[in-house]
Amino acid sequence: MGADHVVALSIDGSIAALFIVLGLGVMVARQMLASLRFFMWQSVALAASALVLAVDLHIYSLFWVALITVVSKVLAVPWVLRWAAGEEVYGCREVDQALDIPVSVLVASVLALVTWFAMVPTLPIFASGVPFAHINLPAGMVMVLWGAFTVALRRESVAQLMGLLIMENGAFFGSIAIVHNLTVIVEIAVAVDVPILALVIGLLIRNIRRVTGSTLAGALDSLHER
Amino acid sequence: MNVDGLPALILLIPLAGAVSTLLIQKAAPLLTLLTAAVTLILTVLAALQVESGGPLTGGHGLFVLDALGALYLLPVGFVYFTSSLYAIGYLQARRQKHPDEAPPRFRQYFPLMNIFALVILAVPVVANFALMWIAIELTTVFSAFLVAYEDRPEALEAAWKYVMLTSMGAMIALLGVLMLYYGTHAVGQPPTWQGLITAAPRIPAPLLLLAFVLWLIGFGAKAGLVPMHTWLPDAHSQAPASVCAVLSGVETGAALYMLLRIYPALTANPGVHDPGAWYMTVGLITVGSAAFMLLQVHDFKRMFGYSTIEHMGIILTACGLGAAIHEQGMVYQLFAHSFVKPFCFYAAGLAGVVFGTQEIMRVRGLISRSPAVGWALLVSTLAIAGAPPFALFLSEYEILARGYASGQYVPTGLLTVFIVLAFIALVYQVSRIAFGEPSAAAEGSSWSKVRVPWSSLIALSIAFLPVVIFGIYLPPQLAQLVHQAAGLLEVHG
Repeated sequence: MGADHVVALSIDGSIAALFIVLGLGVMVARQMLASLRFFMWQSVALAASALVLAVDLHIYSLFWVALITVVSKVLAVPWVLRWAAGEEVYGCREVDQALDIPVSVLVASVLALVTWFAMVPTLPIFASGVPFAHINLPAGMVMVLWGAFTVALRRESVAQLMGLLIMENGAFFGSIAIVHNLTVIVEIAVAVDVPILALVIGLLIRNIRRVTGSTLAGALDSLHER
Repeated sequence: MNVDGLPALILLIPLAGAVSTLLIQKAAPLLTLLTAAVTLILTVLAALQVESGGPLTGGHGLFVLDALGALYLLPVGFVYFTSSLYAIGYLQARRQKHPDEAPPRFRQYFPLMNIFALVILAVPVVANFALMWIAIELTTVFSAFLVAYEDRPEALEAAWKYVMLTSMGAMIALLGVLMLYYGTHAVGQPPTWQGLITAAPRIPAPLLLLAFVLWLIGFGAKAGLVPMHTWLPDAHSQAPASVCAVLSGVETGAALYMLLRIYPALTANPGVHDPGAWYMTVGLITVGSAAFMLLQVHDFKRMFGYSTIEHMGIILTACGLGAAIHEQGMVYQLFAHSFVKPFCFYAAGLAGVVFGTQEIMRVRGLISRSPAVGWALLVSTLAIAGAPPFALFLSEYEILARGYASGQYVPTGLLTVFIVLAFIALVYQVSRIAFGEPSAAAEGSSWSKVRVPWSSLIALSIAFLPVVIFGIYLPPQLAQLVHQAAGLLEVHG
C-alpha cells in the first residue's frame, strides 16, 4: 500500500467517524431544525469522502457523486422541505421520541457492534482494488440500521423523514467505496430521487398537520385489526 | 415497424399521458383511458414479439425485455387500462357517497396514475438493476398521494405508513443493489439480469448472500412479506379501489419480480447453499400469517390486502420448492394473481359504494341489493381463493403437485394447510357480505340513492374475462411465453 493510500485512508477514516457522529446527532437531536442540520453536515461528510476517494483512486466519476450529493442533499432537500413543510421543520419544536437519549445511544451502540460483526466476513472480499471498503462499508451499513432505528424511535414525522434520509446517506457512503462505474443516468436518477422523496414526504407532513392538527406520526394509530 | 423501439414507446406513452392530463385537466379521465388503451396494445405487441423473436433490446442497451418481463408487462397494461376506466365513475360515486368529507384530489389523480403506471412499466423494461431499483422506489413516491386520495386522517395514516415502510425497505435494498453492481462489474459483466447470472459463479458467496439478504428485507417490505407487511392492509383499506387494483395487482409483484430474478444467480453460485430454504421459510411464514389474519379481518378491502400477502407468500414458497424448474406453476401464479386481484378490488370498491362502509359486520345481503356487484364479489373471492375453474386453481395445483412429487412433504403440506385455511376464511367472510337479509346499517343508509357507475361496471366486466378465460384456456402464444419465462428462472450450475 502506497503512502498516498495511507494518508487517504486516514482522512477517510476520520470522515467516517464524523459521518457516524453526525448520524448519531440526527438520531438524538432534541429539535427538528438541529436534526436537519446534522443531516446536512452528514451529507457534506459523504461528499468529502467521495472527494477523497476520487483524488486517491483517480476515479473522476466520484467528483460527480460529490457534486450531486451537495446539490441534492445539502441544497435541494432543505429547500424542498422549507417549501413543502417549512413551519413543521423550521419551527423550533422539541422532538418527541419513544426512548430517552441514553437508552437510544445504548441501542445504537449495540446495533453498530452487531453490524460490524455481520460485515467482517465480507470485508476480505474487498481487500484488493477497493481499499476504502473496510472503512466505508461498515460505516454505511451502521447508518442504514441507525436510520431504520431513528424511524422507529422518533414519533415526529419530520424526524422520521430524517431517519429515512440518513439511511440513504448510509447506503451511498458504503457504496462509493465499491461502485465506481455507475452510469450517468443512474447517478442523475438517484440524485433526483432523494429530493422528490423529500418533497412527497414533506407534502404528506403538511397534509397530516392540516388534517390532524399535529405532525406526530406516532399518534397516527387508528388502522389495525381489532 | 421497428420492434426495438417498443420498450421505449411503452414508457413514452404514459409519460405523454401524464403531461397531457396535467395540461388538459378537464379531459384527464378520457386522456388517461386513451393512454392506457394504447399502452395495453403495445404491451400485447411486445409480448407477442418476445414470444416469437426473443428478447427485445433498445436504447443502446438501456432497455431489455425478456419473456418474464413481457409476461409481467401484460397484467400491468391490463390493470392500467381497466383501472383508468373504473376510476371515471367510481371516484365520482365515492364523492357523492361522502359529500361531507374533504374534496378528493380528483385533479391530481389522473396525472399521478399515469406516472405511477409509467414507473411500474419501467421495472421489467429497463436493463440495469440500479434503474429498476429507482423505478420501484418511485412507485412509492408517485402513489403516496393516490393512497391518501381522500385526505382523511385514516388515509393519511395509511399513506404515511406506506411511504415510510416501503422507502425504508428501498434504502436497505439499495445497498444490496449496489453490492451486486460491484459484484458483476468485478468479473467484467454488465449490471443486468443476464450479466448477473453469468457473473454469479464468480461473485464471492458472502457478498452474494449479503446482497440477497438486503434485497429480501428491502424488496420484501414492498412485496408485503411478513413481518414487513404492515403497510399493506392499511393502504388497501384506505386507497380508492382503482388504486388498490394497481397496488395489489402489479406493484407488489414488481418487488417480488426482483426477488425471483435473483434466485437463479444464487443457485448458480456453489458457495451459496440451498437458497430455496430462505424463500420457503419467508414464504411459509407469510402465507401462514396472512391465512390467520384473514380469519379475523373486519374490513373487506383489508381482507383482499391480506389475500395479496398470502399470494406473495405462495409465490415465494413455490420458488423455494423449486417449482420453477421447467415448470410453470410459480410463474403462472404471479401472472394469474395480477389479473384476478384487480377484479376483486373492483368488486369490493363497488360494494363499498353500495353500502357506504367497508365493515364486514355492518353489511349483509349484497346480492339482493346489487346482484351484479354481489355476484362479482363472490366470484372474485372464489377466484382469488383458488377455486376451480379459475386460473389460480391451476397454478396452485401445479405448485402443490410438484412439491409433493419432489418429496418435500413438510413444506408442501404446510402450504396446503395455509391455502385451505385462507380459502375457508375468504369464502366465510364474503358469504356473510353477499348473502342474507340486508343489514340495518345498509337499510338506514342512503344506499338506494347510489347508482353503480356504468364505467366501473364495464371495467368490472372486462376484468372478469381473463379471470375465467385463463382458467379454462391459455392461448398457445401465452402458454409459450409462460414456458419461456419459467425457463429464465431455471436453476443453473
